Amino acid sequence: MSPTETNMAASTAGGREVALHRLAHARAGDKGDRLNLALFAYDPHHYATLVEQVTEERVLALFAHRGASRVRRYLMPGLAGMNLVIDDVLQGGVNGALNLDGHGKTLSFLLLGMSMVVEDVLR
Amino acid sequence: MTFLLGSGAGFSGDRTDAAIPVVAELIRRGQPAALLFETLGERTLAAAHRAMRDDPAAGYEPLLGELLAPVLDDCLRHGIAILGNFGAANPDGACRVVAELAATTGRGGASIGRVHGDDIRARLGELELQRWEAENRELPGEEALISANVYLGAAPLVEALELGAEVVVSGRVADPALFLAPLVHHFGWAWNDWDRLAAGMMAGHLGECGAQVTGGYFADPGCKEVPDLARVGYPIIEVEEDGRLVVTKPAGTGGMVTARTVKEQLLYEVHDPANYLTPDVVVDLSSVRVEELGPDRVAVTGIRGKPAPQRLKTTVCYEGGWQGEAEISYAGPNALARARLAAEVLRERLTFRAPVELRSRLDIVGHASVFDSDVGDLQRTLPASAGGDYRLRLAVEHSERRWVERATQELLALYCAGPAGGGGVRRQFQRRVCTASYLVKRSDVEAFATLFDATLFETKMANERRDADVAH
Repeated sequence: MSPTETNMAASTAGGREVALHRLAHARAGDKGDRLNLALFAYDPHHYATLVEQVTEERVLALFAHRGASRVRRYLMPGLAGMNLVIDDVLQGGVNGALNLDGHGKTLSFLLLGMSMVVEDVLR
Repeated sequence: MTFLLGSGAGFSGDRTDAAIPVVAELIRRGQPAALLFETLGERTLAAAHRAMRDDPAAGYEPLLGELLAPVLDDCLRHGIAILGNFGAANPDGACRVVAELAATTGRGGASIGRVHGDDIRARLGELELQRWEAENRELPGEEALISANVYLGAAPLVEALELGAEVVVSGRVADPALFLAPLVHHFGWAWNDWDRLAAGMMAGHLGECGAQVTGGYFADPGCKEVPDLARVGYPIIEVEEDGRLVVTKPAGTGGMVTARTVKEQLLYEVHDPANYLTPDVVVDLSSVRVEELGPDRVAVTGIRGKPAPQRLKTTVCYEGGWQGEAEISYAGPNALARARLAAEVLRERLTFRAPVELRSRLDIVGHASVFDSDVGDLQRTLPASAGGDYRLRLAVEHSERRWVERATQELLALYCAGPAGGGGVRRQFQRRVCTASYLVKRSDVEAFATLFDATLFETKMANERRDADVAH
């Protein structure tokens, strides 16, 4: 268990675990071997939870098996969302990958499978 | 006065009936308008260059005639300019298709503009190239090189409109520049009016992928419902002289425009939102706001611009050998174990039936595929049901076709020599085109526009045919 996951488990007390998919929607885009995942809270009330728990470290860990080398997170409070930019995750990209999905278009839903701890789910 | 930007297509392979309701709405509104077709990706440009090498008359968007036929005459009659990067590798060829199509409705004299300057293949060796930060690839040797195209900005498109073009054909331009150009032409925006240029580019960014801003690529049943996706309306962006913009869509179409659909497209393929690079302006989205004004009407405000970058992105396409794929299905009781055994057999066969440099990947579709690594980490660790409906997929790559054929033939042979109950084999192989991106100096790129002259074009083609005959 990574340090981040330990902290996550500790904070479960008083909250409950849900998939990020319950709290947010996302879209993937690609350029070369770089993927961007735009993530938005359904309810602006959950934006702070996204900021707290969808960290660069956790996203890097989620995509580690794909060879991700770096994650940069750009917060967009005005949109209740963030842009996650992940390097070297596309196995060569649209013209180089052997993956069925060379664009990495499906990977927005790999992110949305991330486990989150929330006090409430409003939707 | 408001200028309307209508999207006719968002990629090569998009719906060819999408532009019809968009044009009907533009005509109904009677305001100044343009219709934009974005049909050129990194893959499609490479494919177009290859097609043109095999047939000098090919190399433009294959669906061009089908995209334009239902709307060209209406646009010409109502003064709606059409701009598209459907010229791909062969803008002259595309101009000819447009001219012929216009002639069928008695508009053979339609003025067609053609953008030049994106194709820098012949000069690639002389230019100072910088690597693009998101990649790390060596420049291929001359023998492997297929094409090199610069992402041009809106200036040559505006030049074509100023020459009086009713239809503008380009090859590689930055996708949103197709939308910015008619705005600069109509409003007379200055090339250093960064905030307005940024707003125009973002109008393009929001509209360039067609339905992706109007409910396409958005639906997630139970979470994000979208009405009548089968008839999703393509976007119309209303732009004011001061750069204010509203995203909407034609009345009576499916889909929807909401703050959510607009936000997803706003950051699509964006990296640092404070520095979104385009050829004409660096866009700063840090303070952007999205606001629902009413049903299917969303305003986007707070877009800022900074001076244009000094370098332009260039995509180089080169030969990437051969790629092959083959699949076989296993279903019912114990299907996963049979698919896994098939994968093991195949992996072992390839160790002595194919050269060591063959690159390969095995997926079990239904268990772990698109999320997985090339070496199957998730396939080994993710839990799955023993029974079910699984499809083993092999993907291989090699510089020589024969090894790709051999490897996929090994999957075919699982029919008789593999585990029980395999079926539904499909195989395919094709040439692979690789791409790499570089940055060239803006001052090294000469972009301009001309009006298409059909007579000159026919003479040039005849000369090329004659030269080819002599060569044979």
